[in-house]
Amino acid sequence: MNKIVEKEFFSDSVVKLVIEAPYIAQSRKAGHFVIVRTGQKGERIPLTIAEADLEKGTITIIIQKVGVSSIKLCNMEVGDYITDVVGPLGRPTHIEKVGTVLASGGGVGIAPLLPIVEAMKKAGNKIITVLAARRKDLIILEEQIRKYSDEVIIMTDDGSYGKKGLVTDGMEEIIKREKINQVITVGPAIMMKYVALLTKKNKIPTLASLNTIMVDGTGMCGACRISVGGKTRFVCVDGPEFDAHQVDFDEMLLRLNFYRDKEEKAYDNFLNKYRKAL
Amino acid sequence: MEVLLEYLKKERDKEWRVELRDKLKARDRTKLERLHMPEQAPEERIKNFNEVNLGLTEEQAVHEARRCVDCPRPTCITGCPVGINIPKFIKKIEAGEFLDAAKVLKETNALPAVCGRVCPQEIQCEQVCFYPQKLKKPAVAIGNLERFAADYELKSSSISVPEITSYNGIKVASIGSGPAGLAFAGDMAKMGYDVTVFEALHEIGGVLKYGIPEFRLPNEIVDVEINILKKMGVKFIHNFIVGKTATIDQLRKEGFTAFLIGSGAGLPNFMNIPGENAIGIYSSNEYLTRVNLMKAANPEYDTPIVSGKKVAVIGGGNTAMDAVRTAKRLGAEKAMIIYRRSIEEMPARIEEIKHAQEEGIEFLNLHNPVEYLADDQGKINKMKVQRMELGEPDESGRRRPIPIEGSEYLIDVDTVVVSVGVSPNPLIPQSMKELKVSLWGTITIDKETMQSSIPDIFAGGDIVRGGATVILAMGDGRRAAAAMDRYIKEKVRNIISLIKEFKTIGEILEFASK
Repeated sequence: MNKIVEKEFFSDSVVKLVIEAPYIAQSRKAGHFVIVRTGQKGERIPLTIAEADLEKGTITIIIQKVGVSSIKLCNMEVGDYITDVVGPLGRPTHIEKVGTVLASGGGVGIAPLLPIVEAMKKAGNKIITVLAARRKDLIILEEQIRKYSDEVIIMTDDGSYGKKGLVTDGMEEIIKREKINQVITVGPAIMMKYVALLTKKNKIPTLASLNTIMVDGTGMCGACRISVGGKTRFVCVDGPEFDAHQVDFDEMLLRLNFYRDKEEKAYDNFLNKYRKAL
Repeated sequence: MEVLLEYLKKERDKEWRVELRDKLKARDRTKLERLHMPEQAPEERIKNFNEVNLGLTEEQAVHEARRCVDCPRPTCITGCPVGINIPKFIKKIEAGEFLDAAKVLKETNALPAVCGRVCPQEIQCEQVCFYPQKLKKPAVAIGNLERFAADYELKSSSISVPEITSYNGIKVASIGSGPAGLAFAGDMAKMGYDVTVFEALHEIGGVLKYGIPEFRLPNEIVDVEINILKKMGVKFIHNFIVGKTATIDQLRKEGFTAFLIGSGAGLPNFMNIPGENAIGIYSSNEYLTRVNLMKAANPEYDTPIVSGKKVAVIGGGNTAMDAVRTAKRLGAEKAMIIYRRSIEEMPARIEEIKHAQEEGIEFLNLHNPVEYLADDQGKINKMKVQRMELGEPDESGRRRPIPIEGSEYLIDVDTVVVSVGVSPNPLIPQSMKELKVSLWGTITIDKETMQSSIPDIFAGGDIVRGGATVILAMGDGRRAAAAMDRYIKEKVRNIISLIKEFKTIGEILEFASK
């Protein structure tokens, strides 16, 4: 049981929760994630650790309402206890000084990008970050990202903030302008697929941090498996970061839809119950 | 060994045993027939997740207990990985003292209700029983009797909590709460240690909870046995992954003196054939975890599962049987086992195979999948299988399956469960570079003491064996507990003799601060 000590709405559908987890706060590194379960009947979902406070013994997670489990979590209040939080899981990001890093984050993918950008900056790299979302209120953590970036470019689909266009449009401009040694991308699978295509064309080493379906998060079930360079890998123990040019994003996109019908049905049932309760 | 034989003889010579033996001649005992375990009818049980085996009644148990001739040199005990005093508990049943029978079980077995259900007795105690050995008759149903006595106690209001010899306050830890960890915890607590069990998942019990289905081992039974350990003072910490949440070094600093690693064989094996990542293909670990641990079949729970109509399970072990029978219960019209050898070579227990056959599971033996095909949504809809034939025996002693060229054909499927074994979980070895592991990733240990290459770390169960049984893991846990006790006592003796050699209190304090 982990207590929620802080809650903030970034938008209607994106929530930040700061939760007590002293061991995880101490052990976590950039790239790590946790598995969270809400309620005794809840499912286990992976969420990346955005920030940690060693003194307070807390970690920060950012959740977007996309289905029943994420809504349940977003509906929790300060003082409530989350049934289960376990981690830190996955391999930490390999941090080294490479020169100029172009970081790109889409939507809630900006949350896991933050600790990576912070660590890369502290390792002495020049950081250029492109943040992208559908509209202004979905651009999150801008201030924190700016703290660790030498330059930040904002892209929105509707042009409500920053420049109008896709994340790749913003990135391409930078790639044309200067030499990039490394790209890091975190966001929806479809976004990362196109980032990978762009950087492959430009021959820039690229890391993608993947978020797949998981159950245990410790390598036990294989629900998170993907193909990397033709080989099956587990995102939970081999990742979550992989060479983006080797990842089979098309397969990953299909696998993310494993339970789409069931999720939609569960979501409708949940909303009906919720409406009745109101 | 001598001590053990002497102890057994002393027990056997007790008045009540002698009297009981005299009540019925051995010859008359051997005329009694082995009783069949009552079970749910196949057509009923495939519609529910309730236990298939219903357990013996009191009368049946006493009848079965009478069959045991109470041999002067009982061979059955030699077949038990945890050394249960089998004749004694059986004779307690015959005497109608069912609670005492349970107490005998608990002297050496922390989880008798579990073992009575899932142990492969037919290749252990029952295999070396006097009946099959000398009379060529069915063995005394030791497993069924164990289950009876354990269940009787669980249902009674007087569950005995094993006595704890003087509490010593020495902190030891088990990493993992599966059968190895629980058996270890029980023995260490009995010896007076302060035991903490760390579990990565949100439930205690390891494979007993996530792996073995309700119809073979209800979670409720596991919980009762865990509660007894709690009453003995064992602490359980959920959601704690040693090596990730905290390292062993951190735990040492928190005062833990020694550790048992019983983290299990975590990683599911896949066959690396084309199409294996299609939607609808599960590892047996995932499939069973969703149903058993996350209760995905219950609509009130949030975890989803695909309940296929045409399900193929690849493999011939107990886990494969569990998965295919689960698929049947989830509503599969066609539930198949696809196994590359013949039924004789199947590693699953005979009872599990029989139960599966009764439930209408189809067996495609001497078949092997070679490719999976999917629709445009990425969902599996067909699999290509190849016929096999048996060649010469391989290193496992079983005849090697050889593919028959050109024999491939397609089968319609919508769900596949791959159950072709597991590999050790690498999380802990990865976090401790100095820990010796084999080429297969299992932790290397001294087989007598279960001690790893790091003196304060012991290991047992599947992380050592790679993929074995509940009872072997429990045996490992018990051996590790005994060896760890010796190790700690030796260490304490060394410290005391060191202190004795110091000449001033100042030297002692200097030593203590180190």
